Amino acid sequence: MATITFTLNGKRKTLSVDPQMPLLWALRDTMGLKGTKYGCGIAQCGACTVHVNGVATRSCQLPMSAVASQQITTIEGLSVTGDHPVQKAWLEHDVAQCGYCQSGQIMSAASLLKTTPNPTAADIDGAMSGNICRCGTYTRIKAAIHSAAKK
Amino acid sequence: MKTTKTNLNRRSFLKASVLSGGGMLLSVSWFTTAQGADKLPAEALPLPWVELNGYIQITPDNVIKLMCPNPEFGQNVMTSLPMILAEELDADWKNVVVDMAAHDGVKYGFQFTGGSQSVRAYWKPLRQAGASARHMLREAAAQAWGVPVEEVTTKAGTLSHASGKSATYGEMASKAATITVPKTAKLKTPADFSVVRHSKKNVEGKKVVTGKPLFGIDYEQPGMLLAMVQHPPAFGMKLKSFDASQALKMPGINAIFSFKVFEDGSERGMFETRTFNELVAIVGNSTWEVMNARKKLKVNWEPAPDFKEVLNMRGNKREEFTPGGLESTAAQFAKMDERAKQPATVLRKDGDPETAFKNAAQVLERTYTAPFLAHNTMEPMNCFAHVTADKALFVGPLQAPGLAEETLANRFGLPKDKVEIQMTRMGGGFGRRAYPHYMVEAGVISRQVKAPVKLVYTREDDMTYGIYRPMYTATYRAALDADKNLIGFHVKGGGIPEHPVHAHRFPAGAVANYLAEGWEIPSNITIGAFRAPRSNFNAAAEQSFLDELAELMGKDPFDLRLDLLKQAKANPVGKFNDYDADRYAGVLTLLREKSGWDKPENKAKNRGVAAYFCHNSYAGHVVEMTLRNGQPYVQKTYSAIDCGVVVNPDAARNMVEGAVVDGIGNALYGGLVQKEGVPEQTNFDRYRMIRHNEAPQHIEVHFVQNDIDPTGLGEPPFPPVFGAVANALYKTTGKRSYNQPFGREIDKRI
Repeated sequence: MATITFTLNGKRKTLSVDPQMPLLWALRDTMGLKGTKYGCGIAQCGACTVHVNGVATRSCQLPMSAVASQQITTIEGLSVTGDHPVQKAWLEHDVAQCGYCQSGQIMSAASLLKTTPNPTAADIDGAMSGNICRCGTYTRIKAAIHSAAKK
Repeated sequence: MKTTKTNLNRRSFLKASVLSGGGMLLSVSWFTTAQGADKLPAEALPLPWVELNGYIQITPDNVIKLMCPNPEFGQNVMTSLPMILAEELDADWKNVVVDMAAHDGVKYGFQFTGGSQSVRAYWKPLRQAGASARHMLREAAAQAWGVPVEEVTTKAGTLSHASGKSATYGEMASKAATITVPKTAKLKTPADFSVVRHSKKNVEGKKVVTGKPLFGIDYEQPGMLLAMVQHPPAFGMKLKSFDASQALKMPGINAIFSFKVFEDGSERGMFETRTFNELVAIVGNSTWEVMNARKKLKVNWEPAPDFKEVLNMRGNKREEFTPGGLESTAAQFAKMDERAKQPATVLRKDGDPETAFKNAAQVLERTYTAPFLAHNTMEPMNCFAHVTADKALFVGPLQAPGLAEETLANRFGLPKDKVEIQMTRMGGGFGRRAYPHYMVEAGVISRQVKAPVKLVYTREDDMTYGIYRPMYTATYRAALDADKNLIGFHVKGGGIPEHPVHAHRFPAGAVANYLAEGWEIPSNITIGAFRAPRSNFNAAAEQSFLDELAELMGKDPFDLRLDLLKQAKANPVGKFNDYDADRYAGVLTLLREKSGWDKPENKAKNRGVAAYFCHNSYAGHVVEMTLRNGQPYVQKTYSAIDCGVVVNPDAARNMVEGAVVDGIGNALYGGLVQKEGVPEQTNFDRYRMIRHNEAPQHIEVHFVQNDIDPTGLGEPPFPPVFGAVANALYKTTGKRSYNQPFGREIDKRI
């Protein structure tokens, strides 16, 4: 066990946890934040995407030891009232089908727009291809990212 | 919206208004949902919700709660089913809140999400429930105002009379609940629809984008333990022994034990599976601790013998044989080739196909194959269970609560009314979550450790468990006379462990001499529903074959299909043709027009077309392909669908877009391959799923406009994507593809 201090959704947090435990399970099991999803556990599907210092990161492969002193943002903290431009664009385009992968998709998209405010289709493909959606909502996601970029 | 949710315990509230008795209803009757309110005075109902029937509750301040009977797995029923209620109720959609009903067979029937049945099965019951409640509200207003009920009109949740009197539904709800429920009520005509056919946003959209705990895997209760199960590493293996001594020393571990999912010798019910019937459970405090302890668990496996069991499909019993042995995909292909040469079961025969083929000037014969497919729902299998001696609670993602109830009641020796099932939102289903083995597993573990338990599969557990889309093959033959007229058609299909042939589907009925045959090879690899499992193979094979046949006949692929449909309409051959030739042709005609198929500028493009009928609906696609870095890429697609009335158009388009993407992905990349019983793909590093950069840039969806009662939509658009991709691939590469997935032609059959 180790004591790890970091910033979660803007608030300082100290946890006594197994330093090898991935951030995903600390979020879901220890801190009760269920918005970040488990999909594969090997950083291949993107369902667990969070921001580490603003950059999209797969939390299933990020040990808590690496989280110390970092700024972590989850889907719950992306905006206070759920009105981040990406979230609004997702609603505008009614993107979700089952919705399970969408937290991760939204976190990847928000990170992309931070570094690339007006992404091309190729930029979107590059940033989003690590996020799988079995329902097949990719075309709507792309349209929603373009909409969010205009906001 | 003034309020969003009641604080009442939903389950106890609903139970308070249910009459006793009644078994599971095979057909959905809206009236059963009304009987409670019929017998209970409004005063006895807990405030503030007044229940007019099992689907509709209204508060005095006019918030209208509509219950969704069927579980949500992304097909958007939590929006579309309440829309049907709101339409006939004449409710203002702005005042509507929606809640997912728990399972209640008496009130809601099977509540089955599958077979593209949700909207189709609930269309009439929900309309009646809405119309009946509207009638009760009008009757209440008529009594209150002392006017004839015929003179009370409704609009957007408000009751009015020509005298100037008016009231909201909320103001009349308590009185309405005392009115006798009419057995039937007059329904609107489609021309008057103001909610249905008008796109509404997903009612859970905001919760999804803000990461609310909607899914089974998110569910928790105080004191809940976390469980995982270890299944054999290969199909055809079973548990021999295990040593948990090291694993038990790991932190946070509560118990490790082996258990039988179903009791030995038990009959296998509908949607039950016995893939791996003895498992080792690892139970602990958290996911990470259980995962770590699992690595220390030592398990010995041994070959499983052949076995026989009795299938009991709701009273229909038969014996089924499952072979032992470790199966490999390459050997399975060889076995299928061999079996295909042997005689098969004749499923349909029209005219004299033998003579037609004997006299043919030309015969086209092609064989198609497809491997097992894993569902890969993004949310892995999981279920919460709390089972005690006298009752059981299950909460989780599941498609078939009505059938699961029976399985669970039998397994735990409880009466059905002591088995409570709540359905969470599902992170995908595609058929996979109709199989309740994971609910049973969670229940057995809970009972053993005497605590509430959430069972969670890892991705690897999920992908290697079985219940796959079956492995299929089919050989199609067409006989042409000297003038290139089609005089005979023959399909002989087989599969492991079931054949794919739908003998009465197109082009049956359009060809004078027709033969359909099927054969099957048993296997210990289990199979299940997968977004129209047989249809998605058939639509690939048959629609590729028709494309090749059209080329041989010198016909446009649209023309060949339309000519055959014209024949099927004018002079149908044989009996039981299960499609409507006009609706089929209607979809093709719309698709041809919208895709600009005949425009000269499109002739040079690498386009493929396919259309298919399944689950009561008609769907066709044109896909446009290029080579990108030497790899096939679908840039653009056009779809035409006839599923009758489209309840929620934008959501319906979303589902078709998804089917197109999912179809392209599975056609080009999908496949699960075994070596000695061990799946080679265990996670998304080796199981290739379609990704953002591989999805089309443009998907255009068109619906045939008609007033036919809605049919299915979840499955129908999916199968023909495979055929359209195959046909576009031919245009792109000049080579026909016969073996799925086309992107790797299953590595020349392994």
